[in-house]
Amino acid sequence: MTETLETVPEVGRARRRKEDTRLVTGRTRWTDNIQLPGMLYVAFLRSPMAHARITRVDVSAARRRPGVVAAFSGRDFADEQGSLPCAWPVTEDMVQPDHPPMAVDTVRYVGEAVACVVATDRYRAADALEAIEVEYEPLPPVLDMNEALKPGSPKVHEAGNKAFTWKFSNGDVEAAFRDAPVVIDRRYRQQRLIPSAMEPRAVVVDTDGETFTLYSATQIPHILRVMLALTTGIPEHRLRVIAPDVGGGFGSKLQVTAEEVLCLLICRRLGKPVKWTESRTEGNLTVHHGRDQLQHIEIAAERDGRIRGIRVNLLADMGAYLMLVTPGVPLLGAFMYNGIYKMDAYDFTCTGVFTTKMPTDAYRGAGRPEATYALERAMDELAHELGLDPIELRRRNWIKHEEFPYTTIAGLTYDSGNYEAATEKALALFGYDKLRAEQADRRERKDPVQLGIGVSTYTEMCGLAPSRVLGSLSYGAGGWEHADVRVLPTGKVEVVTGSSPHGQGHETAWSQIVADQLGVPFEDVTVIHGDTASSHKGMDTYGSRSLAVGGIAIVRACEKVREKARQIAAHLLEASPDDIEFDRGVFRVRGTQSGKTIQEIALATFAAHNLPDGVEPRLDASATFDPENFSFPHGTHLCAVEVDTETGAVKIRSYVAVDDVGTVVNPLIVEGQVHGGIAQGIGQALFEEAVYDPEGNLLTTTMADYLLPSAADLPDFVTDRTETPATSNPLGVKGVGEAGTIASTPAVVNAIVDALRPYGVHDVPMPCTPERVWRAVQEGAAS
Amino acid sequence: MIPAPFDYVRPGSLDEAVTALADAGEDAKVLAGGQSLLPLLRLRLAYPSTLVDIGRVPELKGVRDEGDHVFIGAMTTHDEVLHSDLVRAECPLVALATATVADPAVRHRGTFGGALAHADPAGDLPAVAVALDMRMVARSRDGEREIPAAGFFVDYLETALGPGEILAGVRVPKLGPGWGFHYEKFHRTAQAWAIVGVAAAVRRSNGTIEEARIGLTNMATRPLRAAAVEQAVRGLAVTDTAALRGAAAHAAENTDPPSDLHGGPDYRRHLAQVLTHRALMAAAAA
Repeated sequence: MTETLETVPEVGRARRRKEDTRLVTGRTRWTDNIQLPGMLYVAFLRSPMAHARITRVDVSAARRRPGVVAAFSGRDFADEQGSLPCAWPVTEDMVQPDHPPMAVDTVRYVGEAVACVVATDRYRAADALEAIEVEYEPLPPVLDMNEALKPGSPKVHEAGNKAFTWKFSNGDVEAAFRDAPVVIDRRYRQQRLIPSAMEPRAVVVDTDGETFTLYSATQIPHILRVMLALTTGIPEHRLRVIAPDVGGGFGSKLQVTAEEVLCLLICRRLGKPVKWTESRTEGNLTVHHGRDQLQHIEIAAERDGRIRGIRVNLLADMGAYLMLVTPGVPLLGAFMYNGIYKMDAYDFTCTGVFTTKMPTDAYRGAGRPEATYALERAMDELAHELGLDPIELRRRNWIKHEEFPYTTIAGLTYDSGNYEAATEKALALFGYDKLRAEQADRRERKDPVQLGIGVSTYTEMCGLAPSRVLGSLSYGAGGWEHADVRVLPTGKVEVVTGSSPHGQGHETAWSQIVADQLGVPFEDVTVIHGDTASSHKGMDTYGSRSLAVGGIAIVRACEKVREKARQIAAHLLEASPDDIEFDRGVFRVRGTQSGKTIQEIALATFAAHNLPDGVEPRLDASATFDPENFSFPHGTHLCAVEVDTETGAVKIRSYVAVDDVGTVVNPLIVEGQVHGGIAQGIGQALFEEAVYDPEGNLLTTTMADYLLPSAADLPDFVTDRTETPATSNPLGVKGVGEAGTIASTPAVVNAIVDALRPYGVHDVPMPCTPERVWRAVQEGAAS
Repeated sequence: MIPAPFDYVRPGSLDEAVTALADAGEDAKVLAGGQSLLPLLRLRLAYPSTLVDIGRVPELKGVRDEGDHVFIGAMTTHDEVLHSDLVRAECPLVALATATVADPAVRHRGTFGGALAHADPAGDLPAVAVALDMRMVARSRDGEREIPAAGFFVDYLETALGPGEILAGVRVPKLGPGWGFHYEKFHRTAQAWAIVGVAAAVRRSNGTIEEARIGLTNMATRPLRAAAVEQAVRGLAVTDTAALRGAAAHAAENTDPPSDLHGGPDYRRHLAQVLTHRALMAAAAA
């Protein structure tokens, strides 16, 4: 018997990520690295018009260009390309327009593919695009949601510009607002964002004539396989989808894209491997965008600040088509406009609107950042109206820790939480009282640089999701996750996860979980993911679900492995299974030193010379976990900004985030997620906006125009945690992928508005550019 | 980068370079550090017939003391300029502005001459060039000529260089004792171009401003001198904040600022005044 076991649990250790050496040195397989013999390169010609009828496409000159193997227009694919799927028909009467991967008759946004060239290299393909002739008959662009809904507006689709109206109501909202002592009535704009993953999209498709292998920089190899089979008619069992290492997604790679379908069709037609890799400009134009909502939020409250009810009315810009979960994204927010607060009435209405812009879809947080922003901004307005400290207002309304589990007005049951503890910790780290004193001093001195303090006490629903709940919301799939755990003959462990990572560090976190569950060294675990041939079952990665759902599937599979090993250990040790104890990798007869390590048992199951009757050889197990509830991370973020009232410049002076993501498997990974999330939320608050001009041309097609914050633009984040375990899963984990993004945007904007209250400023539209801040000061001072 | 096709030559000397440029005709472009030209090629906004890569022309590199001025070779990288003791000692304003150019990666590839010859009014160095009255050295097959900075920047991305001319280097006059310098750059992110920038050089004597030179970044299609401010500050006490603010209020006169996603013309005019005041205060105190 060997004793090699660490006594410190792996879960909770700040392990450096085992996949990082490979990822950061590039000694790995990104989709664009893949080179296959005879590979051809695809380039797409994209519409320069926001809305037009295509009257002629002539690709013949392109076909004659050097190195060109083929060139196609939408007409060439019309009979086989099908329609890109939308898996979330949110209402029965939702308008779901046909969405051809390549436009045939009409283009509806700038960047929509209208033709393509297939050539022997990427340069020749791009050059030959210039030889394609397309004639357009312009149609009026539809860009403004309010205008789009007016009778007589030009139509994006025949069926009209309204995709759906979805409502939720609980409690008597009319009564809550009738005679309410205070009503806050605000409108906010969630600007359109471009997800900007580090790795651009890329697709490679190969065929042997019968089966197809599609490599894609995707978050969803499993869902993609099903959808591509349904869209193209290629039988599912003849289609293998591989997501190699993927460099970020933020929701943008939770999609079935036109390029994936078209590359598959081109490969099928030519019988040769093909590759397409987007440029950054192509990506800005045609990776689905995020956010883009007009929000109307009203809060009815008592004079002491207690909320009576909230009413929300949203217009959500769908863009030109409904993509995979486009209509569902704003509705994920429907359950979050009440946040962490108690109230008796809530009413939510959302109308999805078609415009001639790139479709929107999931972007980090998907619906929840939007909701949290409107709520937390409006809470600060309520505090200001009542002359209350914004923290005190929140205290008077939040669910107290002893009240969990708590069923909210939006119908969710929050299993656990401790808002008091997180807030107290954040206030102490931030030095709240001292900063308030400095703020008062600067106001007194009329310092041109004013100090503002912003708070955001958020929660979110993640760990998507209980399949039954998804069904009740008309979503087209379940929310379970799958894992296979195989102990190899030498005692090493292979884990196959259905949750395919794109930067989250699954290989490390899963290894830590398995190390504890099976009592094997962290280094002895390897994680396999992202290939439908080796990982046959999965629901992929989005909605902060990997750990809270996929991680639990691994725990369940490990439990099965342990149970099988216990039977075998009992047999080998000639004891009753009930007398076998498992302790850090060793199965022992209770009260004795007699035992077998899991490695010894694994070897015994390989030889299978002496197994109990009815026990199959090999030590492995599978589990599929369907969560019974969402998980609900929460936390308190505090931001101090210095606003230069002469220039409008905003400098974040300090930022404190205390998050409660339940049990932490790896603090380093959690830190990374929180830092990145805050940075992205600050990006929305201060820098980022996809801007279309009045003709519907995207102006922010490069990173010179679409500004992303870099490390130089961000403060040092002070991060800490409280740890209130989720009660809905055996690890107590909640998920951390989106929390930072959800929390930070309102904290920053609340701070800016707080700084400018003496100037009569009550809002600055996002992104709060220096020019907008300066104009707000001018207008506030003038009013 | 997937640019349109072009021919490429890489001369080994300045004579070869000017010959290659002349031979290549009007649609040829000079490739220096590539930090501005390559993005244009990538976006297919430029279709040069030939790129004349001057990256391996030895005589275009380096910083030399030439008596009453410092010569900075066109192919000296921003990073080399920034770390040149001669530049820091004799033309600190150049070092101050160069330090704000883009990010370290760009500063290691991008060149002093390339940034000036590109003539982007949002670039930081053109305003410094006009503020310091640099003399631009142009070389062609016909020989060398000097172009004063004031006449070098003609319009947006357009200089006085003729089709066969290469910017070989720049003569930066030494200003002597008593001068203070500052470059005030206002931009949204560290790597972004200036919305407005102000390059200020101030000569002081006994607590009074005797002379000032002020260059404006991104307030027109070419860099400008804020002549009205230069006149108004003469004789003001270096510590007289209010008076300097009054003088700086002239900064937007005779400007024609652009409008883009980062700011409208009125905002830029306002910024020019605020930033000029700050630049003056800082330069006067430096």
